[in-house]
Amino acid sequence: MPRKEITSGNWAFAEAMRQIDPDVVAAYPITPSTDIIMKFAEFVANGKVETNFVTVESEHSAITACVTASAAGARVMTASSANGVALMHEIFPIAGCFRTPIVFGLVNRSVGAPINIHCDHSDSMGQRDLGWIHLYCEDAQEAYDSAIMAVRLSENNDVLTPVFVCQDGFITSHGFEPVEYLDDETVKNFVGEREPLNSLLDVDNPVSYGSFAMSEYYFEIKRQQIEANKKALELYDGIAKEYEAVSGRYYPMIDCYRTEDADHVIVIMSSASGAVKDVVDEMRDKGHKVGCLRIRMFRPFPKEAVAAALKGKKAVAVLDRCLSLGGTAPLVAEVRSALYASGEMIPTNSCIYGLGGRDFFPQYAEDIFMDLINGKISPEERYIGLLE
Amino acid sequence: MSDCKNWKEMKDVGKPKKWQDVPMGGIAYGASAENVETGQWRSIRPVWNEEECISCMLCWVQCPDRSITTDENGKVTGIDYFYCKGCGICAHVCPKKAIEMRPEADFA
Ligand code: SF4
Ligand code: SF4
Repeated sequence: MPRKEITSGNWAFAEAMRQIDPDVVAAYPITPSTDIIMKFAEFVANGKVETNFVTVESEHSAITACVTASAAGARVMTASSANGVALMHEIFPIAGCFRTPIVFGLVNRSVGAPINIHCDHSDSMGQRDLGWIHLYCEDAQEAYDSAIMAVRLSENNDVLTPVFVCQDGFITSHGFEPVEYLDDETVKNFVGEREPLNSLLDVDNPVSYGSFAMSEYYFEIKRQQIEANKKALELYDGIAKEYEAVSGRYYPMIDCYRTEDADHVIVIMSSASGAVKDVVDEMRDKGHKVGCLRIRMFRPFPKEAVAAALKGKKAVAVLDRCLSLGGTAPLVAEVRSALYASGEMIPTNSCIYGLGGRDFFPQYAEDIFMDLINGKISPEERYIGLLE
Repeated sequence: MSDCKNWKEMKDVGKPKKWQDVPMGGIAYGASAENVETGQWRSIRPVWNEEECISCMLCWVQCPDRSITTDENGKVTGIDYFYCKGCGICAHVCPKKAIEMRPEADFA
């Protein structure tokens, strides 16, 4: 029987870890993800899991231990945030290339400096081109559900790609809300056993990891990773539908909230989309045809689905909780590129919000919609809630 | 995705001609290190003196390349130059100075 609890995003993720009971967890604590590992350490200490829990001296070591354990064929999970994630940067592309599945609870926090513990997406966005799948969750329930689904996606032998399950630091990770947990048996059956390819422990079929590949084959190995990303796009929905069958909850790659007949749409990710959806409802009541497109899967980026969802709109605003200093913010760059490639020349405002945990108020969403409706469209970046 | 999912399939393909043939993630199938003649890297060569050797096995334990050969009784019988990289650890650890490092040029 499923059970409901009032809990936080971090604890919900930790509960998923308990139910998944991974073979190996190697981790190093950092705010705001620390809670995940603290809670999980409790499960280890109380004999609730059989996991080999490896405490290491840095995030770099944590992710290295995860990669090697996964190469050995283990089911592996970990968690981190901010500069901890940044310290792992060197190892992320190795995990991607070695095709070592890992489910990673990434609790989004701004990367210092200035040092700041609150949410933005600069930590995960700095890792966006390294061969990991990125899922961005709106709430604690979704973080829990995504951890379970991510195991299947990551370990699928046509995908074999590590997955970041992102949730907003403090807002989701430490806010308490009702979460429905599946029973342990259902989770166990859903994730099944990992059937590793090329396990380091398979002595009858010996393999070496980490061999040299110069100009003759480096490119081909990257091409295989491109294929794995395509497979992830292809296979994701099947896994999401299977999960719906056991949980009653369905999470598409993109969450289209009243976008179908909308003229003006805000594109956004993670927790702030809740405020936007509320504003959509209020403005709909006043007769404005507005909608919210929440991007859940950022890597691989579902270009075609995004272009189809925005087709024919009068104007859209894309909200990034991250900068690309000197360039174009990551989400708006992807959205504009998807639109351009599909021949949709839709005016697009680029709005930066929420850096370093700056609040995002419903009023902001309304103002952004009103600019679209009033034709205030311009190519320069806009800064939402900045002191200016 | 690589079409070859294990080393046995790989053997039949031979040198990859398309990206699908390359082992996934640049993995090397089979115990391929056994075929690599690391002895080619050697610039100095350990020369073992049977007379002095007491088969204490210190060199055997320390050799990073499994190059100290032994007989069925566990006695040291010499050095496998196919793998020996000439690092000199064996000579360094030998309590009897039974291994001498000499320039490869002496053997040219
Ligand atoms: S360390 Fe010296 S004495 Fe001992 S086994 Fe090796 S060669 Fe012989
Ligand atoms: S020189 Fe180095 S590699 Fe060669 S036998 Fe001695 S310890 Fe081994």
